Amino acid sequence: MSSPTSTPGGRKRGRNTNPSTPSSEGPTSPPSQRRRGQDSSTGDLMPMPTSPATDMLSPAAPQDNSLLSSPRPSGTNLLPNEVDMSSPLMYGTPSSRVEGTPRSGVRGTPARQRPDLGSVRKAPQVDLQSEPPSADGAVTSESNTGQRLVIWGTDVNVGTCKEKFQRKVMVFISVVGDPVLNVNCLHVQSFDAELYRQLICYPQEVIPTFDMAVNELFFERFPDSILEFQIQVRPYNALKTRNMRNLNPEDIDQLITISGMVIRTSQLIPEMQEAFFQCQVCAFSTRVEVDRGRIAEPSVCRNCNTTHSLAIVHNRSVFSDKQMVKIQESPEDMPAGQTPHTTIVYAHNDLVDKVQPGDRINITGVYRAVPMRANPRQSNVKSVYKTHIDAIHFHKTDEKRLHGLDEDAEQKLFTEDRVQTLKELAAKPDVYERLSSALAPSIYEHEDIKKGILLQLFGGARKDFSQTGRGNFRADVNILLCGDPGTSKSQLLQYVYNLVPRGQYTSGKGSSAVGLTAYVMRDPETRQLVLQTGALVLSDNGICCIDEFDKMSDSTRSVLHEVMEQQTLSIAKAGIICQLNARTSVLAAANPIESQWNPKKTTIENIQLPHTLLSRFDLIFLMLDPQDEAYDRRLAHHLVSLYYQSEEQIEEEFLDMAVLRDYIAYARTYINPRLSEEASQALIEAYVDMRKIGSGRGMVSAYPRQLESLIRLAEAHAKVRFSEKVETIDVEEAKRLHREALKQSATDPRTGFVDISILTTGMSATARKRKEEVAQALKKLIQAKGKTPAMKYQQLLEDLRGQSENAITKELFDEALRALADEDYLTVTGKTVRLLA
Amino acid sequence: MMPSTHDWINNPLGVVEGMFAASQNNPNSGWEAKAVEFFKDHLKEKDAHTWVPSLNDVPLHYLKPNSLVKFRCLIQDMFDPEFYMGVYEAVDPSTKAKVLRCGKYKDVTECGVDFDSRNTVTAERQTFYCVPIPGENPWVKESYAGSSQARVVPSTSYAPTRQKRSYEEDDDMDDMDTQMQREPHTGPQSPTEQHGNGDCKRRETEAPSSQTAPASHLDLNFPLPGEKGPSCLVKVYEDWDGFKLNDTLEVFGILSVSPALSALADKKDASSSLLDPTECMETAEEQRVHSPPASLVPRLHVLYAKPLPHNNPLLPSATLEDNSAFLSSTLSEMASVRAELLTFLTPILLGDALAAEYLILHLISNVYSRRDVLPLGKFTLNLSGCPTVASYTERFYQIIQQLVPSSYYLGMSLQNMNQMRFVPKKDYSANRLVSGALQLARNTSLFLDETQLEQGQLDTAGVRNVTALGNLITWQKVDYDFNYHQMEFPCNINVLIASEGRSLLPSDCQIHLQSQITPPHMEEYLSSIHVHPQASQLNKFRMYLSVARLLNYSISDEVTKSVEDDFVDMRKDDPQSISAEDLHRMLVVARLLSLSLGQTSLSRDSWLRAKHIELLRRSRMEQHTCVNGNEP
Repeated sequence: MSSPTSTPGGRKRGRNTNPSTPSSEGPTSPPSQRRRGQDSSTGDLMPMPTSPATDMLSPAAPQDNSLLSSPRPSGTNLLPNEVDMSSPLMYGTPSSRVEGTPRSGVRGTPARQRPDLGSVRKAPQVDLQSEPPSADGAVTSESNTGQRLVIWGTDVNVGTCKEKFQRKVMVFISVVGDPVLNVNCLHVQSFDAELYRQLICYPQEVIPTFDMAVNELFFERFPDSILEFQIQVRPYNALKTRNMRNLNPEDIDQLITISGMVIRTSQLIPEMQEAFFQCQVCAFSTRVEVDRGRIAEPSVCRNCNTTHSLAIVHNRSVFSDKQMVKIQESPEDMPAGQTPHTTIVYAHNDLVDKVQPGDRINITGVYRAVPMRANPRQSNVKSVYKTHIDAIHFHKTDEKRLHGLDEDAEQKLFTEDRVQTLKELAAKPDVYERLSSALAPSIYEHEDIKKGILLQLFGGARKDFSQTGRGNFRADVNILLCGDPGTSKSQLLQYVYNLVPRGQYTSGKGSSAVGLTAYVMRDPETRQLVLQTGALVLSDNGICCIDEFDKMSDSTRSVLHEVMEQQTLSIAKAGIICQLNARTSVLAAANPIESQWNPKKTTIENIQLPHTLLSRFDLIFLMLDPQDEAYDRRLAHHLVSLYYQSEEQIEEEFLDMAVLRDYIAYARTYINPRLSEEASQALIEAYVDMRKIGSGRGMVSAYPRQLESLIRLAEAHAKVRFSEKVETIDVEEAKRLHREALKQSATDPRTGFVDISILTTGMSATARKRKEEVAQALKKLIQAKGKTPAMKYQQLLEDLRGQSENAITKELFDEALRALADEDYLTVTGKTVRLLA
Repeated sequence: MMPSTHDWINNPLGVVEGMFAASQNNPNSGWEAKAVEFFKDHLKEKDAHTWVPSLNDVPLHYLKPNSLVKFRCLIQDMFDPEFYMGVYEAVDPSTKAKVLRCGKYKDVTECGVDFDSRNTVTAERQTFYCVPIPGENPWVKESYAGSSQARVVPSTSYAPTRQKRSYEEDDDMDDMDTQMQREPHTGPQSPTEQHGNGDCKRRETEAPSSQTAPASHLDLNFPLPGEKGPSCLVKVYEDWDGFKLNDTLEVFGILSVSPALSALADKKDASSSLLDPTECMETAEEQRVHSPPASLVPRLHVLYAKPLPHNNPLLPSATLEDNSAFLSSTLSEMASVRAELLTFLTPILLGDALAAEYLILHLISNVYSRRDVLPLGKFTLNLSGCPTVASYTERFYQIIQQLVPSSYYLGMSLQNMNQMRFVPKKDYSANRLVSGALQLARNTSLFLDETQLEQGQLDTAGVRNVTALGNLITWQKVDYDFNYHQMEFPCNINVLIASEGRSLLPSDCQIHLQSQITPPHMEEYLSSIHVHPQASQLNKFRMYLSVARLLNYSISDEVTKSVEDDFVDMRKDDPQSISAEDLHRMLVVARLLSLSLGQTSLSRDSWLRAKHIELLRRSRMEQHTCVNGNEP
C-alpha cells in the first residue's frame, strides 16, 4: 500500500492553517512527559495539542463535543451529518455517534482513533491535576512555541509544495483503498531537519499534527469526498534502520525503524476504547474512555442520581483491533555466538494480520516501556519495565520474493565509507585476482575454480524475455566440481555457503527430492496444511551448495532439471499446485564413481551423471591432484603456515570476509551491466570460433547454451569491475575461463581434443563414429553370410571379433546390434539374431 | 577470619547502596564502576574467592538471600535485554519523605515507588539463562566443593530461622500460586504437577540432606539428560556483548530469591488481565520460562563474571602466562607424566600402546583457531575394533571420566539416535532455546559408543541427529534450529568414537585396536582391569591433560622447510602415498605430539616421530583392510 512518496512539504503546508486547534487525537493522547531520565530534554519544542489538559481526563462525554469538533474552524464547507449515517462505520447507533463521539468529525469522514499512538495512556502519565499548575502552564506554552515554530518553518513553502502535494493526494486516493499516507522520513529530513528531529523525538504529538494537516488539505481540495475514516499519516524509514540490538532506554517513546522477522502473531484482540454505560433505572447513557487499561465505572447516574445503577453495554462500546506480533532479529544482523533478541510489537486496526510468521519486515513504530503493574497484594514491585513497539508502519522486505524480484528487499544499507572503500577496491586493476584469492584462502591454489566461483557469486544480469515468449533468462551461473576425494571440494562448498547471505548447504546423500524442493505438512498447532520449502526454494537468489552430487538418487536429480534452466519449481502435492521461484545458482561437488578419477575416461563416464543435467552447468571443473614437485612444495608450505601463522598475519594477507561479502552484495544490487557493441561482436566471434573447432572434425563443439554461459560469465566479470558495460576484456576472461573448464572436463581422452558433445550428448563424437563403424562392419558381415534368416548371437560376436582389427567389446557389439535393429534390419530375441525383410 | 571481612559477602547490597548514597552529591562520581572495582579487588585477595559460597555445591536454601555467591555455569540461553529502574524515588514509610533509591542489583523495589517521578533513571541489563556446566565430572565437583571455605551457616544459628520463615512465606506463596493456577483448569490435574508441589513441600520440612532434583513440573532445560543442580537467571549489567552462548563462566553476584519474582502472572486475577493486554499476551509457557519460581531458579545479579579458560580445579586460577613458576615446573615433568599415563592407558586399551598414544593426543586436542570455515587442531579419534563383551566401552568411558573435567557418554543406540534431541531448538511459544545434547561447553569429551548401534531404521529425527554429529566432527559447529532458519554456533568438542568396524561417522583419525588378549580370555581380562588408580596419580594425569591443552605452539622456519622437503620427497616416490589431507593430519599429530611432551615448538625429532606413528597406524589400517574387506 505504499503510496507515492510524498513531498514532505505538502503535509506541513497544511498545518499552518490550523494554529493551535486541538487535534481530534487530543483526548486519546494527553501530553505525556518523558518520564524517565531524560527529562532535561523535554523542555524543548514539544508540539502538542493545546487544549486545556484538565478536560482530557474528564470522563464525561458531552463536553467532548466542543473540544473534539473538527480542527478546522475556517473549514471549507463541510458535509452535514446525514453523510455520517451513510458511512460504513455508522451502521450501529447513529444517534449516539452524532451526539458526541469524538470520532465523528463534523465533516463526513469520521476520524479514526489511532491506538498506535494512543496506547501511551497505559503508560504512567503526568497527573496533570495533581501537578502544580505552574508546571502545566509551562508545558503548554512550550508546546505552543514548538508548534508555532513548526508552522513557521513550513510556512515558506506553501506555494512551491501545493501543486505537488495535490497531485500526490490525487494519485494516492485513487490508487490506495485505505486512506493512509505513507511518508518517508528521509524525505522529511531532507526537507527540514528540525521537523524531522521533532518527528523522531515526539512522534505521538507530531504525527497527529501531520494527520490534521493532511486532512485539511485533502478536504480543501475535495470537499465532497467521503473516506472510510480520516487520512492517517504513517511515517516510515525513521532515522536509520536500527538493529533491534541497539535499542536502549534512550529510544523510549521515540519513532524507530527496526528490521526483523515475524515469529509469532497472536489472535485478534478487541481492545475497548470507550465503554458505553446505561442506567438501568432511567436508561440514561454515558460513555467512558478507557484510561490506562481501566474504566472508571461511574457510580452515580447523573440523570436520576441512583447509585450503582449503570451497566456496561458491550455492543455499544467501542473496540479497536489489536494484535501482538513478536519479531526476532534477522539472522544477518546478529553477532556471532549470540542468540537473537525478540521484541513485542502491537499492531492496531488495519495493521492487524498484515504480517505472518516467517515474514521479514521493517517496522516503524513508537518504542514503549511500561512498568510491571504493581500487585495490590504485594508491597514491593518488580523493578522491570516491559517494552514493546506500537507499530505505525510495516514494510515486508521479502514480500515479492515468491513472485518477482524486489529490489528493495535485496538492498542492504551501505554506509558512505563502505561504498567508498568498495569503489576504491573496484578501481584497482587487479581486483578480480584479489577477490578470487580472498575466496577461501585456506584452500590452496585452484585459481581458476575460485575465479569461476567468484563469477558465480556475482551472477549475470537478469533479462526478461517474457514478451517474446521465452520468459526469464537464467542469470545464475551453475558450477560443478568433480574430482578426487580429499581435494577440499566440501570445504570450498562450505566456505561459499558461509559467505553468501542466502545460501543453503545440502548433501546429496542425505537429501531427498522432498528436502530439496518443497513438501506439504500439517501444522501441528493449527492442523492446516502448510507448504514447507526445501533447500532450492530457500536459496532463491542465493546459492545452493550440493555436496555428494553423484550420490543423489535419480528422482531427486530430475528435480534439478527444471530448476537449473527454468529456475522455477513446480509442485503438485496434496492439493497444492504451485510454481515457486528457485532462481538459485547451483554449486555442486561430485566424486568420481571409482573413488579415483580415471584420466582415461570422460567426465560422464567418471561421474555417471546424465548428460542432460551436465549440460546445464556453465562450468565444470576438475579438481585433481596435479602431482608435480613445485606444486607439492608450495602446497606443503601453505599447509604448514596454516598451522602456525597467527590470526593477525592472516588478516593482513587476505581480504576480510566481510569486505568480500559487502562487495558482492553491492555489485549484485547496484551493478547491472549491459553488453557493449564490441563485446557483442567478441561474443559472436567466440561462439563462431567454438563451432568452427568442431566442424573441422565433423563434430559440434558448441551449442547456444554455451553462448549463454559465455554471456553470463562476461556479465559477471563486468560486475566484478563495478562496470555498467560489458566490454571486451570481460568477454576475454569469460572465454578463457570457459575454455579452461572445458579443457578439463570435455576433453576426449581418446583423442585429446576438446569435445563439447561429451557433455551435451554423453558421448564423444569419436565414440559415436566408432559405434557407426562397428554397426556397418556387422552389417557387411551379415550380408556376406548370405541368406541366413537366424544366427546365434555368440557366433556372430566371435565372427565380428575375428574380422575386425580393433578389439570389440560386448557392449560395443550390443550397441551395433541395437543400431541395426533401429534400422529395421534385424531383431534380437534372446540369443538369436533374426534378419528382417 | 574477621567478621568484618565478610560484610561484602554477607551484605553486598549494603556496600552498593553506601556507594550510591555517597555519590548523590556528586553526579559524576562513577560510583557504579567503583562498586564493581571494589568487589573485584576483594576477590583478588588471596583465597578470597573461596570464601564465597558456591551455588554449585551449597543447596539454595542454605544460602542467605542478597548475599554474594558464585556460580560456575554455562550460558545456555540469552533472553532479551530488560529495562529496569536504575534509580527511583520512593516514599519512606516512616518519614513520608521522598528518597532516591538505587535499583541496581535488585529485582524488586521497596514499597511506595513513584512511577512518575522525574528522577527515575531507566537502565538496561541483560539476562542469561545459565546452567551448571553440562557433563561436569564428579571429581571436579568434589574438588571445587572441597576447596571452598565458605561458611554455610549451621541450622542452629539465628540466620536459618529467619531464612526458614522466609521460606514458609515462599511456600505460602507457592501454595497460592498453585491454587490460582489450578482454578482455571477444571480438568483432572496432572500428576506431575502435584508431585512437583509435594516435592517442594517436603523440601521445606525435611532436613536438607542433599540437593533435591528440580521439581518435575519445571523443565530446567539442561543440555544433557539426568543433570542436576540449580539453573540460574544471571543478570549482567555491563559488557554483555562480550559473552557468547555456551561460554563457561564463574559468576560472582548477589543472590536474589524474592518470592515476588515467581511468575507474577499467576497472581493476576482475571479481571485485571482482561484490560491489561501487556501482560496477558505473553503465553503461560513463556512466563513460566522467563519468570520461574525463584526457589528453583534463583536470580543472580552479576558483580563480576570471569570466563573460565578451563574447568580444572587442580590448576591455579591464574592464566598460564601469569604463572611462570607453575608452568616451568609442569613443563619439565610432562614427559615423565606422559610415560606414566601411557602405561596406565595401555592395559585399558587391551595392551595396544599405539592406540594409547593416539588416545593421549586426542585427549589434549583443542580447536585453537579457525581459518575461514576450517577448524584447526581438532582431532576426532575413531577407535575401531572395540570388543563388545563385558560392557567394555562403558568401562573405558569411566576411565575417561576420571581424567577429563567434563565428558558425556552417548550410546548410539537406535533409540537414542531417534529420540534424543541433539541440536538445540528455539521454542517460540515459550521463547527459549530448548537445549540439546550437543550444546556442550568447550573441551568437553563426547564419547560416542557405536557398538550400541544395531540394525534398524533411522527416522527423520535420527537422520538429522547423525547429520548433526557429522557436522560437529567435520566442522566443529552445530546448526541450532531456529525454525525459520538455522544458526551456526561454533563449538570445540573432543569426539571419541568407539566402534567395532570403521565408524559410520567421519573422523580425523581411525585406529584399529590390536588386542593382545585372545577372545576367550577377554571377559576375564576386562573385569580385572584396574579402574581406580591412586588419587595422586590421577590428579597428576588430570593436570597434565589440561596443561597440555593450554600450551602455545609454534613451528620454526627451519622445521617448516624440512617438513616441506619431506612432503615433496614422499610425493615423489609415490604420489598416492600422501595427499594434502594426510599432511593436514600429520601436522596435527606432530603438534599434539610435541605438546604432549611439553614442547612448545615443533622439533625435527617430533616430526619424525609423528611420521613414524602415522606410518604404523596406516600400515595397520591396510592390514586390516585386507582382513575384512569391507573397507572403502
